Amino acid sequence: MEMNEKMNYKHYNKFYDRFDFMKHRNIFFAISIALIIIGILSLFVFRLNLGIDFSSGTRVDVQSKQAISVEKVDQAFRVMGYTPERPVLSGTHNNIATVRINQELNQHQIAEIKSKIKDQFGVEPNVSTVSPQVGRDLAKNGLLALALASIFIIIYVWIRFEFLQGLTAVLALIHDAFFIVTVFSLLHIEVDILFISAILTIVGYSINDTIVTFDRVRENIKLSRKRLSTIEEFGFIVNLSIRETLTRSLNTVLTVLIPVVLLLIFGSESIRTFTIALFVGLICGVYSSICIACPLWAVLKVRYLEKRKQKRTLQTTQG
Amino acid sequence: MVKKGPIFSFFALIIVLGVIIGFAVNPIIHKVNLGLDLKGGFEVLYQVEPLKSGQKIDQAAMSNAVAAINKRINVLGVSEPNISIENGHRIRVQLPGVKNEKQARQLLSTTAKLEFRDYKDRLMMDGTDLKPGKAKVAYDEMNKPMVTLQLKDPKKFANVTKKIAGYYPNNVLVIWMDYSKGDSFAKEAKKTDHKFISAPTVQQELNTSDVEISGSFTTKEATTLKDLLNSGSLPVRLVEKYSTSVGAQFGQDSMKETIYAGALAVAAIMLFMIFFYRLGGLIADITLVIYVAAVMAVFVGLQAVLTLPGIAAMILGVGMAVDANIITLERIKDELRSGKSVLSAFKAGNHRALPTVVDANMTTIIAAAVLFVLGVSAVKGFAVMLLISNIVTFITSVYGARLLLGLLVHSRALNDHPWLFGVRRSDIRGNE
Repeated sequence: MEMNEKMNYKHYNKFYDRFDFMKHRNIFFAISIALIIIGILSLFVFRLNLGIDFSSGTRVDVQSKQAISVEKVDQAFRVMGYTPERPVLSGTHNNIATVRINQELNQHQIAEIKSKIKDQFGVEPNVSTVSPQVGRDLAKNGLLALALASIFIIIYVWIRFEFLQGLTAVLALIHDAFFIVTVFSLLHIEVDILFISAILTIVGYSINDTIVTFDRVRENIKLSRKRLSTIEEFGFIVNLSIRETLTRSLNTVLTVLIPVVLLLIFGSESIRTFTIALFVGLICGVYSSICIACPLWAVLKVRYLEKRKQKRTLQTTQG
Repeated sequence: MVKKGPIFSFFALIIVLGVIIGFAVNPIIHKVNLGLDLKGGFEVLYQVEPLKSGQKIDQAAMSNAVAAINKRINVLGVSEPNISIENGHRIRVQLPGVKNEKQARQLLSTTAKLEFRDYKDRLMMDGTDLKPGKAKVAYDEMNKPMVTLQLKDPKKFANVTKKIAGYYPNNVLVIWMDYSKGDSFAKEAKKTDHKFISAPTVQQELNTSDVEISGSFTTKEATTLKDLLNSGSLPVRLVEKYSTSVGAQFGQDSMKETIYAGALAVAAIMLFMIFFYRLGGLIADITLVIYVAAVMAVFVGLQAVLTLPGIAAMILGVGMAVDANIITLERIKDELRSGKSVLSAFKAGNHRALPTVVDANMTTIIAAAVLFVLGVSAVKGFAVMLLISNIVTFITSVYGARLLLGLLVHSRALNDHPWLFGVRRSDIRGNE
């Protein structure tokens, strides 16, 4: 009854009200598969620019009161007997230079660098040094965290919704996480320890949109009071649910994007890679929740129902 | 008829909350423990290795090592040190706000094994012969600093000095700190910057428990030596495997920039909410202020350390907190559009939005909990803040907002004013 009202009633006149998310599902799937292939290729060709946290070596952030010249920083390290990679400038006035040395330093060397750089540039630098073993452990730990979080989320969604929804939700979020990795690989942005935090935040957060939409799907199925079986029927529910929750999905992503963009522009250099990862992940997260997770679920669900039906008819003919 | 009671309660509640927050803000802010990435300092991950061959690094050895490190940090006077054992054989030490990093690092990792050897490097006495905690800095007639020690057994010292005196002309008692195999007095004596602390000549047997070490110390060096001796030697060898140090200026700048970005973000989100949800947005903004204050209070209450990623998590949390408001307010809007009265739309909206809000937040809590359990250092700081934010959100954005908005709804002042929720009259069913 209520469903019919909903069907007949052209309530909101938003631009997306006529958009058929289900009809274009194959385009969305194709886009995502293409992105994943690009990501895999990129990982093979460009690899990931692993920061010292995940490999080994030393990183020095040199700060000055005024703009820094790359040559001057480079020279300062060569005088001390190091061969640094080309320093990278950052900061609002190019007053920060990040130097990477592919060598693990001991505490005396660090003390020397700190005092000499402070004398020359006026501000005490940041120095981090990582040994290979610790870097490996950290990377392993990160992957373990990602796996565990995914498993727990599947279980939670399985309990609260159904297994297929849990599965598609997690597929969508792995898609998001991988997309962040792709962007970092393509743009050669350095991956540091906070990158894992960012990925896991996206894993926890981007699934929000998926869940809110699934939540509406569940409710609309209940309201329809019908036994749905065809892709058209599921498609109708999915489209309706996406439209109904889209304002909310876009608005909440906007409210999280606002701080992320402001952190990106005004926030500290030290968390830049973190905010870039969040930014990419959030945008990809909305896309995957709406255009991938829900249509994919409908497709899988219909396939599952058909298989079950075949099995049953098989059983009845046998019996 | 508009009921005045609920409206009065609404404003009374706002004023009370405002006063509480107003008075609490200052003490809370002053109690926040800043991490080393915000006030400068350093963090080292030590690998614990055996000092002698055959020594086992078991749990007892680890806790002894941690105890020794603790004593040394007390000497440094760092306010919020953090020492933790990781992976069974690693120790992470975080020292925010430490002034002299070079000295601190040296102090932490030297084993501080004091040894008395003869000219052929044979061991005569070591740190275990000293009375613990009795080292002092004193000054000789020339006003040069020296370190005085007390021995447990004057007879042993008498024996040692008698032997040494007998080695004339090589009658020196060489005092070593952290002697390692291969070091030799003969070699080091030729250098100007020798590795041993000093090598006094012994003329006769000395039957005393008081020993003076007078090297070419500055007062600072003498004090460090005294502190090291008093805090005892390390039972193990510490090898730096990871370290990061942040300059104080760097830390301050990061904090300033990030808080500035955060303030802008909060302001922008507040405007956004009012623009989209009118009165509902205003209520959401009020609960947002309460949220920020509550998160800080909980954070300080747990004595957690605020780090840069922590601030980022909190700012992110602001965005996530309004998520709960948005879900609820969107529901209320839906109900209003379907033609319900403000009161029943409010009730139905809250009722139907709750499970969604719970599900949406639970997944973030799961991810944050995994980060908290597995993460180290900077990652942990982020996870703590994310967890706190998500839990506080339930209280402020779900129940707080419901209470405040409920008072206004129940006053009936909002009846027939759906625009207060951002719903146009023409959108309401039956009004087209």
